[in-house]
Amino acid sequence: MTSIKLPPTAGRTSSKGDSPFRLLITVLACAIIVIFLLSIYELTSTSWLSIKTFGLSFLTRVVWNPVTGQFGALNFVIGTLLTSLIALIIAVPLAIGSSIFITEYAPRWLSEPIGYLIELLAAIPSVIFGLWGVFVVVPIIRSIELWIFYQPWITQNPALKWLVPDQPTGLGLMTASIILAIMVIPYTASVSRDVIRLVPSDQREAMYALGATKWEVIRSAILPYARAGIFGGVILSLGRALGETLAVTMVIGNVPAIPKTIWSPTATMSSVIANEFTEAVENLHLSSLIEVGLLLFFVSVLVNYLARVIIHRLNPLAVNA
Amino acid sequence: MTITQQQQAVISRRRSRRKTSNAVASVLIGLCVVVIMIPLIAILWYLISNGVSALSVEFFTRDPVPVGEAGGGLRNAIVGTLMLLAIASVIGIIIGVAGGVMLAEYPRNRLVPTVRLVSDVLSGVPAIVMGLVAYGLVVVTTKHFSAFAGGIALGLLMIPIVVRTSEEVLKLVPVSVREAGLALGLPQWRVILSIVLPSAASGIVTGVMLAVARVAGEASPLLFTAFGNPRLSLNPAQPVSALPLSIFNYVVSPYEAWHRLANAGALVLVILIFITTLLTRLATRRRH
Repeated sequence: MTSIKLPPTAGRTSSKGDSPFRLLITVLACAIIVIFLLSIYELTSTSWLSIKTFGLSFLTRVVWNPVTGQFGALNFVIGTLLTSLIALIIAVPLAIGSSIFITEYAPRWLSEPIGYLIELLAAIPSVIFGLWGVFVVVPIIRSIELWIFYQPWITQNPALKWLVPDQPTGLGLMTASIILAIMVIPYTASVSRDVIRLVPSDQREAMYALGATKWEVIRSAILPYARAGIFGGVILSLGRALGETLAVTMVIGNVPAIPKTIWSPTATMSSVIANEFTEAVENLHLSSLIEVGLLLFFVSVLVNYLARVIIHRLNPLAVNA
Repeated sequence: MTITQQQQAVISRRRSRRKTSNAVASVLIGLCVVVIMIPLIAILWYLISNGVSALSVEFFTRDPVPVGEAGGGLRNAIVGTLMLLAIASVIGIIIGVAGGVMLAEYPRNRLVPTVRLVSDVLSGVPAIVMGLVAYGLVVVTTKHFSAFAGGIALGLLMIPIVVRTSEEVLKLVPVSVREAGLALGLPQWRVILSIVLPSAASGIVTGVMLAVARVAGEASPLLFTAFGNPRLSLNPAQPVSALPLSIFNYVVSPYEAWHRLANAGALVLVILIFITTLLTRLATRRRH
């Protein structure tokens, strides 16, 4: 795909239809910018009550009490960061491994179907990951938690306190992170597959000519070359993970508290909105929830902007994920 | 310079170590693919084994019944999903295709970089936040939940996807085709409308279908816009249900019968989405 230069006719033809048509297209396209600004305006104005009441302390307080009308978003920020971080730790190595397999190991007849299957994972709706999580993953995690309960070498060891579940429900941080990991794998995988394909074959051939093994080629010729692009893909996945809502809501336990162990039930920014919005009756509660949404909006815009800059600098065509 | 026996031993030891690490790496990389495939297969297996048995004609022809009664289906949710997607498509197609035309056909317009940046950034905004925006825009203004609000939320989510795909497809139309039109004395707007857009039509349709498949599974923005409705409603000013929304509500409910309904709904939703995705995939592959 090369960039296309249009013949320099715009504005110079004698047709009367040209400027109205261009105006129409421009106005409709500018609706996109308007939507963006309108989103910021709507979110700010509907959460104004909460912004006015709590000010900046909204970001630093760990309290969420609809009864006393005290709200702070820090637990949800921490919950979001923790789930996303654990999810990325699980997902990134798997995604990079799979994209290396597709580009370097698999023959064409195998690499294409595997690529499709991984992309199919991205087509499954969030709510279905949640359903599968509730009925399949949660019972598995619960039995792991019960197993840990009966291991004295873990429960008695003060250094492993973070591994001991406080109540073995199966709902919590770890379950949510595992589901999130599965959901973001396709995003990292597709970007890293694209950038690994962009590594010039000279790089590989030069290494092979020196007698390197395949793994040595991957480690010292391919991965360093593709590093920045893969990082962009990871940031893109982070953006997905931060905003993922229903699957997380269904398995995280929805307790507005900072998790004590990796199994503890907690809540994220998006899960608290999904969980409490329709039940919120107080105006302050509603506007606090919307302020959490405003926060999420800015964070995701920032993260996606970063990912875009990183991937674009590498190759303007690779941003198809 | 001769190589002593000792040096040779060192070399061969190193070589075997390198070979071992190479083999280990290959196995680990292969394992990554296997590990990723496990959840995909497990999800599909779960849906097939639990969803098929819960499917029946009733599922498509009846509304849900109160807990305790036998039978019931998700007709309201299926119709609701179609209504929401229709409203969303109108918004998504008009603004999205216009955005794509502007980015591809008027690249020298000063607003192009901004439109592209904003569209890219919007594509990453979480669905639930777009739901909040639609809530503020429609639900707060009209003072009640409605299919319009839900459709607008989904439409906002569709726009960036349609912009990107239609821009790409329009750029695939050869310059020579445009030049031929201009050489015949057609003004630029006629060239775009009667030559470029028709020849890119199949690609644009593909992009729209992909966007529809993406938003068809979204439930989070519908929670407080379309809201859900236990009965069939054809009035877009009233709350409606949607497949993903019903699945969510039924999964978190404590009733076995509703869980069965959720499983069947999930199977239908996934089949719909997979068919759309596969068809568009096949269509794009044939074109290249």
